[in-house]
Amino acid sequence: MTVMQHIWIVLGVLFVLLNIAAGLIWVERRLLALWQDRLGPNRAGPLGIFIVLADTLKLFFKEDWIPPFADKWVFITAPAIVAGSVLLSFVIIPFAPGIVVADLNVGLLFFLAMSSLGVYSIVLGGWASNNKYALLGAMRGASQMIAYEVFMGLSLMGVVMITGSFNMGDIVDAQKNVWFCFTQPLGFIIFFIAGVAETHRLPFDIPEAESELIAGFHAEYSGMKFGMFFIGEYLGITLISAMTVTLFFGGWHGPAFLPPLAWFALKTILFLGLFILLRASLPRPRYDQLIEYGWKVLLPVVLANLMITGAIALWLKST
Amino acid sequence: MEVLFCISSLVAILSTVMVITRLNPVHALLYLVVSFMSVAMIFLSLGAPFMAVLEVIVYAGAIIVLFIFVTMMLNLGKETAEQERNWLKPRVWVGPSLLAAVLLAEMIILLTKGQPGSMQVTVVDPKKVALSLYGEYIIALELVGFLMIAGIVGAAHIGKHRKKTFHRFLEDEAETEQQLKADYHDVHTG
Repeated sequence: MTVMQHIWIVLGVLFVLLNIAAGLIWVERRLLALWQDRLGPNRAGPLGIFIVLADTLKLFFKEDWIPPFADKWVFITAPAIVAGSVLLSFVIIPFAPGIVVADLNVGLLFFLAMSSLGVYSIVLGGWASNNKYALLGAMRGASQMIAYEVFMGLSLMGVVMITGSFNMGDIVDAQKNVWFCFTQPLGFIIFFIAGVAETHRLPFDIPEAESELIAGFHAEYSGMKFGMFFIGEYLGITLISAMTVTLFFGGWHGPAFLPPLAWFALKTILFLGLFILLRASLPRPRYDQLIEYGWKVLLPVVLANLMITGAIALWLKST
Repeated sequence: MEVLFCISSLVAILSTVMVITRLNPVHALLYLVVSFMSVAMIFLSLGAPFMAVLEVIVYAGAIIVLFIFVTMMLNLGKETAEQERNWLKPRVWVGPSLLAAVLLAEMIILLTKGQPGSMQVTVVDPKKVALSLYGEYIIALELVGFLMIAGIVGAAHIGKHRKKTFHRFLEDEAETEQQLKADYHDVHTG
């Protein structure tokens, strides 16, 4: 691959991702409206799609206010961390054969490392705001994300065991015949639950639970700094969907009549829809319920899954 | 590769100095995160990508988050900054830093005048790490496992609290009932 091709891939991925993140504003509102039996934004432009434009314009031109009691530099850094860490995770995803930014040997671990750095945006944002509600949100966010990172990492180890590699390209290649969602159903379910918790989306949005904490960790943010959290959340959903597709649903593999990239996009869009459906249909659990569910249900299940997978892999190897 | 190594070592040293000199503990911890990430870069430039990623996942991503978590609940204000300023007098840090500077000078001399082939990079992939951990060093690994279990059991013991089954109104009732019983006992024995 020449340097120019590489730069084009990087720019292309960045362009598509940022547009998806903005476009999801409209998609989410229309889909939520559909499932809640109302219309949603339908005035500006065809099917109301210009709401994206209106929303971004509004975010850009709002007063960008830093509270005088806040820790200024940390307050400014926090929203950049979330967008940066999520965008960096996309580096290792193979979108189609040959279309990958960095074909790392430790790709899967790189994704886990970036998602563990994403915690800082919530913690620092909540702390720097110097506001009780924000601090409560940050504390909830930190313990939720640290806990669910553990299950996320463990749930992926089954896939790694079967493939024998951390490289994302190898993992996709190993699913040529059977997708891992069939051989690793538990791993898939736990990864998806942990993914929802990692992106702190509804129903697991307790760090920002608006009915209890106003807006939690980003209560003091306005303008484009709030916009960064907003975009970071949508990018996070896209990341988890893309990762689910790559790890458990065969990546760009699919029946022959569509190009690989189209298969990847199609499957990812399906999972994006599932994220929005979850938001439309599930109630938010209490904070202690969420943590208990993680450590008392998910952890034993994911460990059992790991051991059974290991045993079967050893047995297959010996016969 | 050598250039990358030098740059990331420089970042590591600078950020670690910043960790020590910051007065606000959360700012110090932020510099510590940068320090860990530059150490990860050093590992990467020396051909150990697995170690590099683990450094970020474990140290930068989990342990320092817990540090910040605790520090931000302590609500440290201006008094702590003042206290830190008092502790950080030249009398305290001049001696150790002079000694460390001597070591640094020695290392620079070694790096510049030493054998040119001393920075040979061999890439160690995850498989090699796993094979040596579960082959050569299996006993050490098992012992570390024991240590971890001890930590977990300790945490579980400290974190355990007796579960209350009564609602607070029922609890009052139970108390008065006990009081009545005691009175009854008193009356009948005394």
